[in-house]
Amino acid sequence: MEKFDAIVVGAGPSGNAAAYTLAKAGLKVLQIERGEYPGSKNVQGAILYSDALERIIPDFREDAPLERHIVEQQMWVLDDESYVGSTYRSAEFNREPYNRYTIIRAQFDKWFSKKVQDAGALLICETTVSDLILDGNRVIGVQADREGGAIYADIVILADGVNSLLAKKAGFHPELDPRDVALAVKEIHFLPQETVEARFNIGEDEGVVIEMVGKITKGMMGTGFLYTNKESITIGVGCMLSDFKQQKTTPYALLEEMKAHPAIRPLIAGGEMKEYTGHLIPEGGYKAIPKIYGDGWLMVGDAAMFVNAVHREGSNLAMTSGRLAAETVIALKEQGKFMTEANLALYREKLDESFLMKDLKKYKEMPGILHKNPQFFTTYPELLNKAAHSMLTVDGVDKKTKEREIRRNFVGKRSLFGLMGDAFKMWRAFE
Amino acid sequence: MIKVEDKLFQNRYKVDAGHPHISIKNPDICQNDCKSLACTVCCPAGCYTEEGNGKIVLITDGCLECGTCRVICSEHRNVDWEYPRGGYGILFKFG
Repeated sequence: MEKFDAIVVGAGPSGNAAAYTLAKAGLKVLQIERGEYPGSKNVQGAILYSDALERIIPDFREDAPLERHIVEQQMWVLDDESYVGSTYRSAEFNREPYNRYTIIRAQFDKWFSKKVQDAGALLICETTVSDLILDGNRVIGVQADREGGAIYADIVILADGVNSLLAKKAGFHPELDPRDVALAVKEIHFLPQETVEARFNIGEDEGVVIEMVGKITKGMMGTGFLYTNKESITIGVGCMLSDFKQQKTTPYALLEEMKAHPAIRPLIAGGEMKEYTGHLIPEGGYKAIPKIYGDGWLMVGDAAMFVNAVHREGSNLAMTSGRLAAETVIALKEQGKFMTEANLALYREKLDESFLMKDLKKYKEMPGILHKNPQFFTTYPELLNKAAHSMLTVDGVDKKTKEREIRRNFVGKRSLFGLMGDAFKMWRAFE
Repeated sequence: MIKVEDKLFQNRYKVDAGHPHISIKNPDICQNDCKSLACTVCCPAGCYTEEGNGKIVLITDGCLECGTCRVICSEHRNVDWEYPRGGYGILFKFG
């Protein structure tokens, strides 16, 4: 019977980071992917943050399929017919090495996987892992849905994404709580490259990101986004599943209404829609992190709830956790130690020392606060837009009267204590 | 009225005919006990439809494999959810 040093389940960013790091160190690695090719089951916005990948493949820019580097970041707060926005654009972002890029995951994951295979890992596609093989509480291998599907290894790294069925079937995790996951839907619209560049005032290879909050989510806790690719635009919206459950709008109707917003419609006009996707995003934050290691197994990426929802970061946490999991295994191997839960606690130590846990810890109160205070997604966007509209309409009313009216609106909607409380909550959440 | 079928039409699938990867464990629970029928609203591919009288019909051909239906059926846990067999199901061209 063939036995591997490590089996990695899944070929997304976390699985690829882990498999690559392990294979590079000379370990015998098997990676199993259920899709036809790596990326064919994977969905992301998608923004790639260079730093996390650079620490794994320093020269990735030489051949990775990158769409556009981001030079401009916009944040819109929307009412039904308007938005108040902020823009940050800098020539700094136009100097190499670039900090972030838009990518198309089906292409990017395929590229990353090629690197993993070149490093010496064995990849099997079109194979779903149906169960973990346990010896008591210890994971000793995986059961794949093909003949002779029992495969064994010293360590199994679970990089099987937000719906980690394996951890649930093995009893390591309970089912996901609808309050801890967001459902995002998006479309990709193709336009000529010149049109994308003219429409967003960008040069060749330059890109724009627009994040949106407000009435587009109909009071649900969520955000919209628009990213520019080389010759396409990705547009989507995501809301907490617990919120979706309590109202009657379908995700695709929400996306359609967002696309019809008078400020958004012209940006995608004339595009040819070529794919519609939906995906869950684990946004429960620090408090929702499940058990992430045990005898014979480690968990990385979305499966481990490693997403910083406030900063829209996920794939960088995925790659970082994949790398740290691999480094843990490599260190234990070198010291001749077994892959026991006690020894694998080193993984948690490495995570705690990294930006990953530090950032998740910093925002640990955020999901709870936003869940209990829907005014951040409805009342404030409306008030802000009304205020802007009033101040920017010249109609013979003096500015002082307008200011009084705006103040009265704010206090009327939220009361003075409500406003102070909200300011305090946001300060606490961001502190 | 937005038809989700028009959106799904753009996607690439390899349907595992005769082997749906999701099933409703006990249809009576949907019909008699479930008040919300959240699956009919929340599924981004519109796989769940109500046939009047609370009877839920599930057709998984357009499934995006997101997991929403499984997570959202939190009161009754009435969705049996597996990944499709290796190679089958949605095949994202762009992701």
